[in-house]
Amino acid sequence: MIKEEIRNGCRDGVPIALGYFSVSFSFGIMAMGGGLSIFQAALTSLTNMTSAGQFAGLQIIAAGGALLEMAVTQLIINLRYALMSLSLSQKLSGEVSMWQRLVIAFANTDEIFAVAMAHGKELTFPYMIGLQALPILGWTGGTACGAAAGSMLPAAVNSALSVALYGMFMAVVIPAAKKSRPVFFAVILAAFMSCVIYYLPVFSGISAGISIIICTVAAAAAGAAFFPVREEGGDG
Amino acid sequence: MIYLYIGVMALVTYLIRVIPLTVFRKKIENRYIRSFLYYVPYTCLTAMTFPAILYATASVISALAGVAAAAVFAFRDRSLVMVAAAACLAVFVTEQILLLVL
Repeated sequence: MIKEEIRNGCRDGVPIALGYFSVSFSFGIMAMGGGLSIFQAALTSLTNMTSAGQFAGLQIIAAGGALLEMAVTQLIINLRYALMSLSLSQKLSGEVSMWQRLVIAFANTDEIFAVAMAHGKELTFPYMIGLQALPILGWTGGTACGAAAGSMLPAAVNSALSVALYGMFMAVVIPAAKKSRPVFFAVILAAFMSCVIYYLPVFSGISAGISIIICTVAAAAAGAAFFPVREEGGDG
Repeated sequence: MIYLYIGVMALVTYLIRVIPLTVFRKKIENRYIRSFLYYVPYTCLTAMTFPAILYATASVISALAGVAAAAVFAFRDRSLVMVAAAACLAVFVTEQILLLVL
C-alpha cells in the first residue's frame, strides 16, 4: 500500500520533473549571468523550489539589493503558495502527521499542487513524497546543467526556452477551463485584470508580484461568489 | 554574501508554505472559502502567464506563436512537457522566419 502510493506519486511526478528540467535550465543560464557559481545556482533551486521567486531573487542579487528587500519581494511573489498550502491542507488525509506536513510543505510548487489537487483520492504522505522527489531532482539538476552549459547556447535557443515555464502553466489551466465553465470564467477574469493592471498607466505603480496577488484573489473570489463549488473537490 | 541572499529567499519561501499547512489542520467547512481555494491555482497561474509571456522572448510576434502553440496542445490535453516543448519550438521557428523576412 505504501509502496504503491510512492510509485503512483513518482509516476505523476515524471512529467513535472521533465518540464522542470527544461525550465530550470534557463534559470541556470540566467544565474551565471547574475554572478552565481554553478553550485550556488543549484543550491538556490534546491532550497527554494519556485520559479518566479527565484527569477526575482536573482535580479536582487545581481543588483546588490538589501536583504530586507529580498525578504519582502519573496513574500509578495510567493504569497500565493500560502493559498495553495491552505488548499492542500484541506485535501491531506487525516493520518498525515505534523512532521510529515513540515516535509510536504517544502516543495509545494504550482505544478505539484495542481497535480495533487487533481488526484482523485485523499493525499497520503507516501504519495506526496513520491510526487515531489523527481521534480526536486529535475529542478535542481536542470539548474546545474543550465549553469554549466548555458553560456554556449545561442541567443535564439535561450529566447525559445524562456516560454517553457509559461507553456507548463497553460497546460495546467486550459484543460481545466475546457471542462468547467466556472474555471473558464475565473481565468478569463484573472487574465483580463492582469492585462488591465499591466497596460493602464494608472496602475503603473503596482509591481508584478502585487499584481499577481490582486488578480489571483479577486478572480478566485468572483468565481466563489458566482459559482460556489458543490461537493468536495467538485468542479463547480 | 550570496549564500545569505539564498538563505533569506529559502527561509521566507518555506515559511509561506509551511505555516498554512501546519496551522490549519481542520477541514474548512465554509462553502465559499472552499470554492475560493479551488479557483486559486487557476487564477494565479493565469495572472502569472498573461501578459508576461508576451514579453518573455526576443519578439512579441514569436511569443504569440508560442501562446498559440501552447493553447492548441493544452486544449488537446497533451502533457505538461509536450505543451511546453510545443511553445518553445513555435518561438524558435518563428524567430528564425522573422530573421529571414526582416
